[in-house]
Amino acid sequence: MSTPTETPSRASATIETAAKHENLGERVKAMQSVWILGVLVVIVAVFGVLSPSTFLTAGNMTNIAQNISIWAVLAVGMTFVIITSGIDLSVGSVLVVSSVVAAQAMERLGDQGWGTALVGLTLSVVVGTFWGCLNGFLVTKAKVPPLIVTLGTLSVALGVAQILTGGLDIRSAPTVLVDNIGYGRLLGVPVISIIALVIVILGGILLHKTRFGRYTYAIGSNETSARRVGIPVDRKLIQIYALTGFLAGVAGILSLAQYGTTTIAGQSLTNLNVIAAVVIGGTSIFGGQGSMFGSMVGLFIPAVLQSGFVIIGVSPYWQTVAVGSILITAVYVDQQRRANDARGKS
Amino acid sequence: MTALFEARGLQRRFGRVQALDGADFDVAEGEVVALIGDNGAGKSTLVKALTGNLDVEEGEVLFQGRPVHFATPHDASALGIEVVHQDLALAPHLDSAQNMFLGREIMRPGLLGHLGFMDTSRMREDAAKAFTQLGSAVRSVVVPVGSMSGGQKQTVAIARAVAWADKVLFLDEPTAALGVVQTRNVLDTIKKVRDRGIAVVLISHSMPHVLEVADRVQVLRLGRRVATYQASDTSVEELVGAMTGALDSKEGAA
Repeated sequence: MSTPTETPSRASATIETAAKHENLGERVKAMQSVWILGVLVVIVAVFGVLSPSTFLTAGNMTNIAQNISIWAVLAVGMTFVIITSGIDLSVGSVLVVSSVVAAQAMERLGDQGWGTALVGLTLSVVVGTFWGCLNGFLVTKAKVPPLIVTLGTLSVALGVAQILTGGLDIRSAPTVLVDNIGYGRLLGVPVISIIALVIVILGGILLHKTRFGRYTYAIGSNETSARRVGIPVDRKLIQIYALTGFLAGVAGILSLAQYGTTTIAGQSLTNLNVIAAVVIGGTSIFGGQGSMFGSMVGLFIPAVLQSGFVIIGVSPYWQTVAVGSILITAVYVDQQRRANDARGKS
Repeated sequence: MTALFEARGLQRRFGRVQALDGADFDVAEGEVVALIGDNGAGKSTLVKALTGNLDVEEGEVLFQGRPVHFATPHDASALGIEVVHQDLALAPHLDSAQNMFLGREIMRPGLLGHLGFMDTSRMREDAAKAFTQLGSAVRSVVVPVGSMSGGQKQTVAIARAVAWADKVLFLDEPTAALGVVQTRNVLDTIKKVRDRGIAVVLISHSMPHVLEVADRVQVLRLGRRVATYQASDTSVEELVGAMTGALDSKEGAA
């Protein structure tokens, strides 16, 4: 955060009562995600210059947006969890098991209409919320560290999905889902991206404007203090993990709509990709800091790199190299700035 | 002077340690009482017992003459009794207004409030007002508390406690980690709080500070109150003597 100048604390002169020096410019500058937004802009500009006719097209941009939509839904929950200084490794597996349960039920119903899709959606989010609650319960009540809890549920949830299906993907989804959500477009924009955007905006409002979000930051900033002032920390944490599970359930049904199959073997790196995006976006793994906007920027960087490398003919394998490097650099820069902030003050 | 808040014969044992051994305590309205004692004398235990952070085995606590029982810190808060803990219990990433209202957010009126939306501007204004009234060195209510100086943090914590404490304010070692100027600010703040008619209980190791701001000094040793002095007619030597047991003291005239 850019350090607002604080005159050394002499005795009490006049105290600034107006808290209104938040114009848009300062606000943007104060966001820890602003420099990473700069990185994204530079990347887009470079590819744009190298290949303006293919990269900077509406088609390519839509493609990128569509590719990150499902991760964006997961990243909303992950941002909350990481701000509490927790982690959720299980999101990919929870996505899989949610979509498996939904797909099996919808297959059994046989119908291809909206009624079936609604049943699938309901089941998917119920299953997702269940795993989220389980994570939250184990973290708060059993006091097992979140890394271990979610590493465990990652394995268990994936195992359950494989047991339910015998390890074979279910390749059927109601046509209404696939046609309208998976491939559907509204004014040229993929429906799945619109759904994701709505969820991201709602998540951002919840995080930044409501008491629930405030408590999320407080818990990550100093859990003891949060308890001292009477915040029901355990209940909030369970709700936050449940929210993440719920969103994994939503992502499960979206994934089914987009790919027309349960992606049992395809989600093993989803958790790490989402975590990397959230962390690149400036959310502190130590808790107390982060923003929804930053997480979205963090999602776009890998996706833009991927698409750009393909277009300019660089092997897409370089994308993983680049993303990893950016991740480490992002955290390094954040740490430096935080250390400077701490040193800058008496 | 009748006691506003009083404890009689509190007993509490931790394993083989008798932390409180028939401890008495009293504070009157608008009075600053210093609670002193050597390490392990039972100061912190007494404060915890008086603020709903700890159960006692025996003894009674009276508030405005009526016996009360605090099962949780909330019960104490409900009567206007607040504590500033030594660790301040602040969230470093949140700003001072957010910290001030943490756990007691002011919500927007109407439907938005029910949906969980907070009235941020009102909380900021109220926080700024509270800091002004206390003559706090806090310059801005939108800067993260973690980037503030120790003295500023202390005043944020005190302002928060004062905002909800309209009867008794406990301060646990508020000046322990502060420099000269900051300590002065905190001592001035204590006087301002007292002038509002709030009883202040100051736990401190610093005898000069104690003698400066306190009206009375109560000395704890081995879990019980061994002496009470008027601050105006005691000395550092006498207090240290009572704390260490070097003086064979009697319950002083209260």
